[in-house]
Amino acid sequence: MAQASDDLKARRKAKPEFRNINVFKDVRTYRLPLAGFVSILHRVSGLLMFVLLPVIIWLFAHSVTSQISFGQFQAALAWAPVAGLPIVKLVVLALFWAFTHHLFAGIRHIYIDVSHQLSKDMGRKTALAVLIPSIALTLVFAAKLFGLF
Amino acid sequence: MAVNYGSKRTVVGAGYGTSDWVGQLATGLVMALYTVAVLVRWCWPRVNEMGEKFTGYEQWASVFAPQWMKVFTFAIIVALAYHAWAGFRSIAMDYVKAAGLRLLLQIAAVVWLVGCAGWMMQVLWSI
Repeated sequence: MAQASDDLKARRKAKPEFRNINVFKDVRTYRLPLAGFVSILHRVSGLLMFVLLPVIIWLFAHSVTSQISFGQFQAALAWAPVAGLPIVKLVVLALFWAFTHHLFAGIRHIYIDVSHQLSKDMGRKTALAVLIPSIALTLVFAAKLFGLF
Repeated sequence: MAVNYGSKRTVVGAGYGTSDWVGQLATGLVMALYTVAVLVRWCWPRVNEMGEKFTGYEQWASVFAPQWMKVFTFAIIVALAYHAWAGFRSIAMDYVKAAGLRLLLQIAAVVWLVGCAGWMMQVLWSI
């Protein structure tokens, strides 16, 4: 009996079972599938936009209110107080990625919900269909934001 | 089976999960369509009273200038607040186990979203 339970313990050790994932212990060893990355990034991007709502509204308000506020909006974008680092532009870039990822991942959700096509392969393919365009668009936006074209 | 009535009744959790799930999906879809509408309006060539083509600030601000666009945008803000509230609640329910702290966070989220919606309303009608 003791022998059998030792065997079981040894096997469990060799092949860990993840139940309640601990951020500090399991995240580094847990092999997340692509669909899992899309899922957690959907949350991260949503929370990021939630937290930065006042920043979004401030930028929107200054971009539309008047010619003068539009000038302040442009000045804010160019603002680089520390070591020439354009902080506002970087925040806008992060928000652009968050919005794009959240939008595409949301469309993926709707597609899965209405099509009822749930399989490992489909999960992986649709995850790629979210990650590739959202990252590509973010790169294009970054190039535009930093004046490459 | 666990007792789920009387003093043991479950009082935490989503409660009406299905309607919120459908609501989040529907608001998300409407916001996605709104995004496309704004982009099309922004890129669509328009002219001012002098017949000159809009550029820069004018091109952007004129997207939101008509009253119907402000009303439409305000509806989107309400949809966003509902969508974000449901999303924040999902996150709070998954990661914050202490009921008191979770309640506090959820109240704070409502205050945050309603406040932002009010600010956004003021911005819209000052264009």
